[in-house]
Amino acid sequence: MSTETVDTSVNPFAPAPEQEPGVTRRRRKAKDDAAATAGPGWSLLAWVLTLLFFAPVAWMVLTSLHTEADAATNPPSIFAGLTLDNYAAVFDRGIATFLINSATASIVSTLLVLALAIPAAYALSIKPVEKWTDVMFFFLSTKFLPPIAALLPIYLIVKQVGMLDNVYTLVLLYTSMNLPIAVWMMQSFLAEVPKEILEAAQVDGAGLSRILISIVAPVTAPGIAATSLICFIFSWNEFMFAVNLTATRASTAPIFLVGFISSQGLFLAKLCAAATVVSLPVLIAGFAAQDKLVRGLSLGAVK
Amino acid sequence: MSATAPPAHSTDALVAPAHTMSRGERWRRRGPLMPALVFTIIVTQIPFLLTIAISTLHWNVLQPGEKNFLGLGNYSAFAGLDNYVTVFTDTRLRNAVVNTVVLTASVVVISLLLGLLLAVLLDKKFPGRGIARTLLIAPFLVMPVASALLWKHALYNPDYGLLNGALNWLWQLFGADQGPTIDFVSKFPMPAVIAALVWQWTPFMMLILLAGLQSQPGDVLEAAKIDRASGAQTFRFITLPHLRQYLELSALLGSIYVLQTFDAIYTITQGGPGSATTNLPYEIYLTMFRKYEYGEAAAAGVVVVVGTIIVATFALRTISSLFQAEGNR
Repeated sequence: MSTETVDTSVNPFAPAPEQEPGVTRRRRKAKDDAAATAGPGWSLLAWVLTLLFFAPVAWMVLTSLHTEADAATNPPSIFAGLTLDNYAAVFDRGIATFLINSATASIVSTLLVLALAIPAAYALSIKPVEKWTDVMFFFLSTKFLPPIAALLPIYLIVKQVGMLDNVYTLVLLYTSMNLPIAVWMMQSFLAEVPKEILEAAQVDGAGLSRILISIVAPVTAPGIAATSLICFIFSWNEFMFAVNLTATRASTAPIFLVGFISSQGLFLAKLCAAATVVSLPVLIAGFAAQDKLVRGLSLGAVK
Repeated sequence: MSATAPPAHSTDALVAPAHTMSRGERWRRRGPLMPALVFTIIVTQIPFLLTIAISTLHWNVLQPGEKNFLGLGNYSAFAGLDNYVTVFTDTRLRNAVVNTVVLTASVVVISLLLGLLLAVLLDKKFPGRGIARTLLIAPFLVMPVASALLWKHALYNPDYGLLNGALNWLWQLFGADQGPTIDFVSKFPMPAVIAALVWQWTPFMMLILLAGLQSQPGDVLEAAKIDRASGAQTFRFITLPHLRQYLELSALLGSIYVLQTFDAIYTITQGGPGSATTNLPYEIYLTMFRKYEYGEAAAAGVVVVVGTIIVATFALRTISSLFQAEGNR
């Protein structure tokens, strides 16, 4: 695992040609060396707090592997035997349909976001429109509007056009929810594309789509991947629109979890298994994108 | 409806002056931007305009009126500002405003402090630092509904929850028969929700603050070391001022997100007991889908938007100046 966690050396607003690739590398190296080494007390405190924070997640996974009887003891039975029965039970209850709905809503909306955000980011960085910073801040400001205040008209419109309980309604809403994040992230990634290459391509007579596909896409592939993962995370975890706009056919994974509780008898171990299953895709995506996570979370403000 | 702050920094370096561009060139540049811009305006701005319109109507679904609202349903009469008067005088809604402020402020302040502590710890090299960071972001990645259910049933449950289980185990360790049984969710509903949200949001704060710590210029820290500044002095006089913007940014973004909390309330307490943990988003949801008072719900929604815009204006200013700072580096 890399110790260099956040790339702070690249400035999105500086013209790309002024940046020598070598400078970036050297600066990064110097910073890494500057990180002081901690003493044993420091390390111990860091690890105790880390494990304390991680404990609920570990407990969730451990409980999901216990029998219902072992999960409901007091004091807790930490060393009880392990079983995968709860996972089988969760799939027997039809979690798959919900997972497929979640995957459809998240993946299709993420693709749509990329299709809209990449050209937009191009027009905000490489060949900027006039007043492009105002456009950037307009996108950002839409992210600050609380979705609950839009729920009522959205619900009324969706009902009117017969799109309630339809997964593509969620696709559209998640696209608008993630588009500002993607525009900001992609803008900062595209600003890192060296200008000379673009100019050379233009001299050779390449059109916009050609430039995007053959030059911009390969250089910004890691950025596109990070942006996709962050859009995926936010769509996958979304609850408010999903619970209010879907009923039976289009319900996503969080709705499965909420519906789980109404069942009689002991359910904790099965609940933990279901919670683990639905959280797993995002945990994997988040760990994979962790170096870029902060860029997405801060809407591109922190590199 | 958008709180756009004028960005403070100059962008001359990148943008060709508008007057030198031909009309065709200007539209060629706008072309790729248009689909995203039009989509965003339609999907985000129109609903808010409709919310404002609905907030001026007497509209209860259970007592539909004669007048039609844009083909979306029937309302009974124009209400003017009546719904806003209700929002500010009704004890239920005022209570929701207070709960929202208490919840947001507590979660943001506590998770900011914990996040700062963790970021400072993780800024130094220690064995397994990368693994520790990965484990620490897990609470933020667990699906919010899953983590709310996890706290409610696996941690807070009075019979078999881990917290009471741990208390019981401790008591038995010291020879008592039975530890105390505390029903956290009904005895301390607000702290229970706050704790679950702090757990979820601390990694968010930590990540932004850690990025801030790591962006400190190494030469300044080196100079401080050569001048024999103590660790505490370096932190107080160099790190903290540098970190200020990052603290502001994480506090503001955190406030905007926590203000919208819906999952945790819906799952852990359903706003109860009574209305002890009902925040504005949950109250709006109840007004909309339990009382069917569309006008009131819309007015409350507008109030939330105005509140958010106030916070967001500061957030945009901070983001703007961060860009400037990173640009000058």
